[in-house]
Amino acid sequence: MLTLTCPYCGVKAEETELAPGGEAHLKRSGPGSSDEEFESYLFARKNPKGVHFERWRHSYGCGKWFLAARCTATLEVFGTYPAQTPAPTPDILAAIKAKRPEWEGYE
Amino acid sequence: MAQRRYSLFAVAREAMRFHSGWERAWTSPEPKKRYDVIVVGAGGHGLATAYYLGKNHGIRNIAVIEKGWLGGGNTGRNTTIIRSNYLQDPSAALYEKARALYEDLSQDLNYNVMFSPRGLLMLAQTEHEVRGYKRTVHANTLQGVETEWIDAKRVKDLVPIINIDGPRYPVLGALYQARGGTARHDAVAWGYARACSAMGMDIIQQCEVTGIRTANGRVQGIDTTKGAIDCGKLAIVVAGHSSVLAEMAGFRLPIESMALQALVSEPIKPCMDVVVMANTVHGYMSQSDKGEMVIGGGTDGFNNYTQRGSWQHIEETVRALIETFPMISRLKMLRQWGGIVDMTGDRSPILSTTPVENIFVNCGWGTGGFKAIPGSGWAMADLVARGQPGPLAADFGLNRFREGRFIDESVAAGVAH
Amino acid sequence: MSTRLSRGGRLIDRSKPMNFTFNGKRLRGFAGDTLASALLGADQMLVGRSFKYHRPRGIVASGVEEPNALLGLGRGARFEPDQRATTTELFEGADTASQNHWPSLDFDVGVVNNWAYRFLPAGFYYKTFMFPRVAWKHLFEPVIRRSAGLGRAPVDRDGDRYEQAYAFCDVLVAGGGVAGLAAALQAARAGKRVMVLEQTPHWGGRAPVDGGTIDGKPVADWIKSAVQDLERMSNVTLRNRCMVAGVHDHGHVIGYERVADHTPGDGRPRHRLWRIRAGEIISATGAIERPLAFAGNDVPGVMLASAVRDYVVNFAVSPGDRTVIVTNNDDAYRTAFALIDAGLIVAAIVDARPSATGDLVQKARARGIRVLEGRGIAKVKGTKRVTGVQICAQAGEGAALEDIACDCVAMSGGWSPVVHLWSHCGGKLIWDEARACFRPDATRPPTGDQGQPMVRAVGAANGALTLPEVLADAGGPAADAPAEGPIAAVWVMPQGAPDALRFKAFLDYQNDVKVSDVQLAAREGYTSVEHTKRYTTLGMATDQGKLSNINGLAVLSDALGQPIPATGTTTFRPPYEPISFGAIAGEARGEIFQPLRRTPMHDWHASQGAHWEPVGLWRRPYCYLRTGEGLQDAVRREIRNTRNAVGLLDASTLGKILVKGPDAGRFLDMMYTNMMSTLPVGKCRYGLMCNENGFLMDDGVVVRLSEDSWLCHTTSGGADRIHAHMEDWLQCEWWDWKVYTANLTEQFAQVAVVGPNARKLLEKLGGMDVSKEALPFMTWAEGTLGGVRARVFRISFSGELSYEIAVPASEGMAFWTRFLEAGADLGVMPYGTEALHVMRAEKGFIMIGDETDGTVIPQDLGLGWAISKKKADYIGKRAQERSHMASPDRWQLVGLETLDGSVLPDGVHAAAPGHNANGQRNVQGRVTSTYFSPTLNKGIAMGLVHRGPARMGEVLDFPVGADKVVQARIVDPVFYDKEGEKGNV
Repeated sequence: MLTLTCPYCGVKAEETELAPGGEAHLKRSGPGSSDEEFESYLFARKNPKGVHFERWRHSYGCGKWFLAARCTATLEVFGTYPAQTPAPTPDILAAIKAKRPEWEGYE
Repeated sequence: MAQRRYSLFAVAREAMRFHSGWERAWTSPEPKKRYDVIVVGAGGHGLATAYYLGKNHGIRNIAVIEKGWLGGGNTGRNTTIIRSNYLQDPSAALYEKARALYEDLSQDLNYNVMFSPRGLLMLAQTEHEVRGYKRTVHANTLQGVETEWIDAKRVKDLVPIINIDGPRYPVLGALYQARGGTARHDAVAWGYARACSAMGMDIIQQCEVTGIRTANGRVQGIDTTKGAIDCGKLAIVVAGHSSVLAEMAGFRLPIESMALQALVSEPIKPCMDVVVMANTVHGYMSQSDKGEMVIGGGTDGFNNYTQRGSWQHIEETVRALIETFPMISRLKMLRQWGGIVDMTGDRSPILSTTPVENIFVNCGWGTGGFKAIPGSGWAMADLVARGQPGPLAADFGLNRFREGRFIDESVAAGVAH
Repeated sequence: MSTRLSRGGRLIDRSKPMNFTFNGKRLRGFAGDTLASALLGADQMLVGRSFKYHRPRGIVASGVEEPNALLGLGRGARFEPDQRATTTELFEGADTASQNHWPSLDFDVGVVNNWAYRFLPAGFYYKTFMFPRVAWKHLFEPVIRRSAGLGRAPVDRDGDRYEQAYAFCDVLVAGGGVAGLAAALQAARAGKRVMVLEQTPHWGGRAPVDGGTIDGKPVADWIKSAVQDLERMSNVTLRNRCMVAGVHDHGHVIGYERVADHTPGDGRPRHRLWRIRAGEIISATGAIERPLAFAGNDVPGVMLASAVRDYVVNFAVSPGDRTVIVTNNDDAYRTAFALIDAGLIVAAIVDARPSATGDLVQKARARGIRVLEGRGIAKVKGTKRVTGVQICAQAGEGAALEDIACDCVAMSGGWSPVVHLWSHCGGKLIWDEARACFRPDATRPPTGDQGQPMVRAVGAANGALTLPEVLADAGGPAADAPAEGPIAAVWVMPQGAPDALRFKAFLDYQNDVKVSDVQLAAREGYTSVEHTKRYTTLGMATDQGKLSNINGLAVLSDALGQPIPATGTTTFRPPYEPISFGAIAGEARGEIFQPLRRTPMHDWHASQGAHWEPVGLWRRPYCYLRTGEGLQDAVRREIRNTRNAVGLLDASTLGKILVKGPDAGRFLDMMYTNMMSTLPVGKCRYGLMCNENGFLMDDGVVVRLSEDSWLCHTTSGGADRIHAHMEDWLQCEWWDWKVYTANLTEQFAQVAVVGPNARKLLEKLGGMDVSKEALPFMTWAEGTLGGVRARVFRISFSGELSYEIAVPASEGMAFWTRFLEAGADLGVMPYGTEALHVMRAEKGFIMIGDETDGTVIPQDLGLGWAISKKKADYIGKRAQERSHMASPDRWQLVGLETLDGSVLPDGVHAAAPGHNANGQRNVQGRVTSTYFSPTLNKGIAMGLVHRGPARMGEVLDFPVGADKVVQARIVDPVFYDKEGEKGNV
């Protein structure tokens, strides 16, 4: 059972307080997008074995959505950060690089 | 290689000489330079794909490549339930094909996979579920799948240990498939492996794929920890690791890998002769031939490759089953474990061509792959051999996600919702 | 025979005798006994039958590793199968029974004799029982199932209760032996919050039995003072009878406390499950002695050497008068001293090592004990009890050198560190050649949320197998014990044992796995350790291989000609020892199995005969049963009354989400398919909500409360999901929009007043003008109704004149009562969810979950009018443009009317001519809702039909069984009051 620190309220929350929300930093495709773009937005997932960026909601806490960088192979958490960012923050990227020098980076 | 047939007489003969004459069930060769077809993944689906490529299509220059030990993924970790009471036509066709093949699989493979069509119940515990299961029964009738709706009294007759009048979710009836049941999961993988080996195919264990080589949009071969191997066609049949292999081939899949947990009790004398699934409360249970109560529940909700799940799901599942079977409260959990399931965007499997020519994928079985193994192998072999899907696989292509043409089974009340 | 000694027993209290029964026989033990020690003390060595061959089996061990002594314990609501006798404390009146035999323990017809079991090697069932096909299910499987299994199934509902608790600590010490106590002292003195959990009732582990000194004191004295020191520290929690069952990710530890197993019925919870978050976990879980594999090593009377001395020293129980000790290490010599000190006879020590020279060996020789070097046991004599052993050269093939009479064999194959907790989350092991064991590899520990090492193994659990090593490893004071000579890596006796011996040399006692089975698995290619395990069932018994795993993989490695580390181990999975389902479930059972959400009127419904229907975590009245009524009668009465007089519905479960702010209108335009920003203040609008995949997910009436606030009603049970959905988009996509949402579902009670007399009823309460002119259809007003602050919405889900009135939840019950009182002469009557469903179907209104199922888009339901054509975007819009969704070939909503007026069965499908490529009957539609309409006195239905609305009047065939077909005509889905006159008054 995971623990993640909510970047809003600062609570180190038990997984039972949290709701997972899938891959982070997806860019919404609305009307006007191509079939391929739209399919990619809804379904194509990186699903990496390793460094992963994902959404969580502190649903039985402050109710805020936040993002986490986590390793899906070891469950190590590199950091959590607010949901209001279109890409991983420099801090988070640095934290991951420090722990996983071989990581190829966010694309 | 010619194999000796398994039989009671063979066992008796060997007993006289302390079983010293048994040969290997499968060989463990070094990889050749090239195969007509390489199947990545020696789980049930991969081995069945290879088996039916040989049996139905006469393709035998095949290698089945396995990173660990054959049958060591979800095939060896699931709760062994076999059923075909699916709602949507494409699912019902595929799973019923699989179930029908299970009926004769022991004889076909000359390996006792212990298919036990003991009957399977899906409990309806809300009015909504009642309607959903009645809908499934009517659909199944037209699909040629034998299921029936039974009332609560009949449920109690079939499962005397069940509590049908719990205070929160009394049992209102059930969707009953009399020819659903269980099989011995390891034996399915072992039986297919032995049969593949007998046809001259190479099962190469402890061999991890490290890269997929393509040229001009077409597959050339794979790189592995045992060296490079060329192939005409490549079938990726690796369940939870499908995204990792797809990444090597340069495309993405509508798949997320998550942990699914299961557990068993200590063994007790036979007390339940059917499989019971209670989807409102989220739990299912059967009793193994060893006497263990085999229990499963829902998946964890986040991406995970560790084969470990979160404890709260164990609690939720056990609560659900104590509510359904109060007598298990004094049994003890012997062992819990997890597997990595590949969940697709519509929770139905993928049997498909891919953006790379001659690479085919068979994945996305999520929580329900074991029951499909023979049908999946059959349909996949057809797809790989002919390069295009036959009727069983036709609706399970990747194109459905672009078209918005989903095969959503969660709509049948309760199933995997 | 085994017997109680007249003196000694450090754990028993001879002043407190306790009576118990075994298979109906009345026996006696003492407080402090385990069931196993009490049975042995009463000369009951034979305690069970094995799983496969039903061979007689006796007590082998003294702890959690015991494979044989599994008993049925208790009766009725307190009956429990498979209870391990070695870890169950004796209590007055304990009622125990052996398992897995028929008709009796002494005479079991299931026993497979010495000849027949050659036909049943590992995996024999994979090779047989295949013909005829039906025979497996109906003949072979039932026989196998009956002979397998261990204890009988409980029948009754559990008579005990269970509870769960949370704890947090910096350091969790698993194991209260000397290593655990030393590690705990060190951590506690450093100021850490420390929890120490010990599975037995006693502190100190097995050190008091094995002897030595710590810090210059006898171990028992040091343990006592260490526990006292820890007890005095406020930052330390000590808890015995509490086992660490599992180590899970991020330092999540499950503790299993057997609170009242030894005091059944005293009112305390039987077990307590601890969910602990620990900063660091110290695994001080000790080690488990291994058996040796020799022919007949399963005959009752063959025991672990450590268990023999445990029974002598701890419980003053003599397992036998005359014991032969067989070993490959020095530690087992301690058993000889314990036996001799108790006045018992050690016939010989059979040492497999060619030369044994350690301090303990010298001491044994000095005390006149016969030590045979380089020898092994060829076979054990006896069936239900050891009568002697045949000695052979360990290096040979088993030629008998000598017979030694004995009634007990104490064996030691060395010790295996308990690495379970280290391994649960992926800690890796290394093979320690010198100690012949796997131990934790400190360079590859399990890691926590920061990637830090999460578990540290200390003491014997870390491979430190002597007392001085243990204390040094655990950071404790100096200790002293005799120096031990090296172990020899001997697993099988004799080394060259022929088939006839290997077929009787057991590795896994409970599952009857022998040396020959593992060798067969290797020969047949089941060479992965996991294949061997699964093919032979080695290590899959209730002890999960605690005794057998290492021996088994040593035999496998030998068969494959590879070193043991190349073979590796199977995966260690929680729990360390089986834990009760009762504890895992905790208190959540029966009425409180899940949380129950109650509306303010909940109790009133219960008192009025509500037949409940679960809706999410709510319960809603399906109908209100009156005396003598069936469900159907009640539903029809409620419908007729509502259509003819006035009905009351508790609609409090409807979701109520307030959406407020300068950008609220813009936001709702994205949430709903309709245009909500243009809704005038004071008006209501029916809205549809889709998910991004285009499917209809919820519906409800949206109300414009003020210039910047809207109230969104959702389906019952949908409120939390929809609120979360809104917040998701607000926080993660349009975070710069100024919108605030609040889920007010439980802040309001909501009452639907429905029927021709509805207005009269509201007017009787008084306080607001609810006339047609003042409050037209799809408007709302705020005011005071019957003295209660209320919002009155003029909306209808039944086609009748209808008001939904929201009042503060705290006033809901009083408000409800006022309607009942005021409406008595107007014919007021409550109605339930089924009447609601029927009335909406009569009007052709869709129901989320019936007409929709996650695959239906609004366009399928004739709801195009509720999809704004002016908006550039809404959630789901792009998805609905995809080829399959935009296709005219979809199934669409219609009404269905049987030709004979009957009710179509739920869920029937409309058949189409022919079959598809998979041989399935073609279909062209299905029923989504079907009811008997008491209003129209006939069956009505709604359904989705291929191009349905274009096919009005067509008759479809609905097969309703093997050969019955019901015909129904496609009609308009609005069956009742098509012109809408009833509501428009």
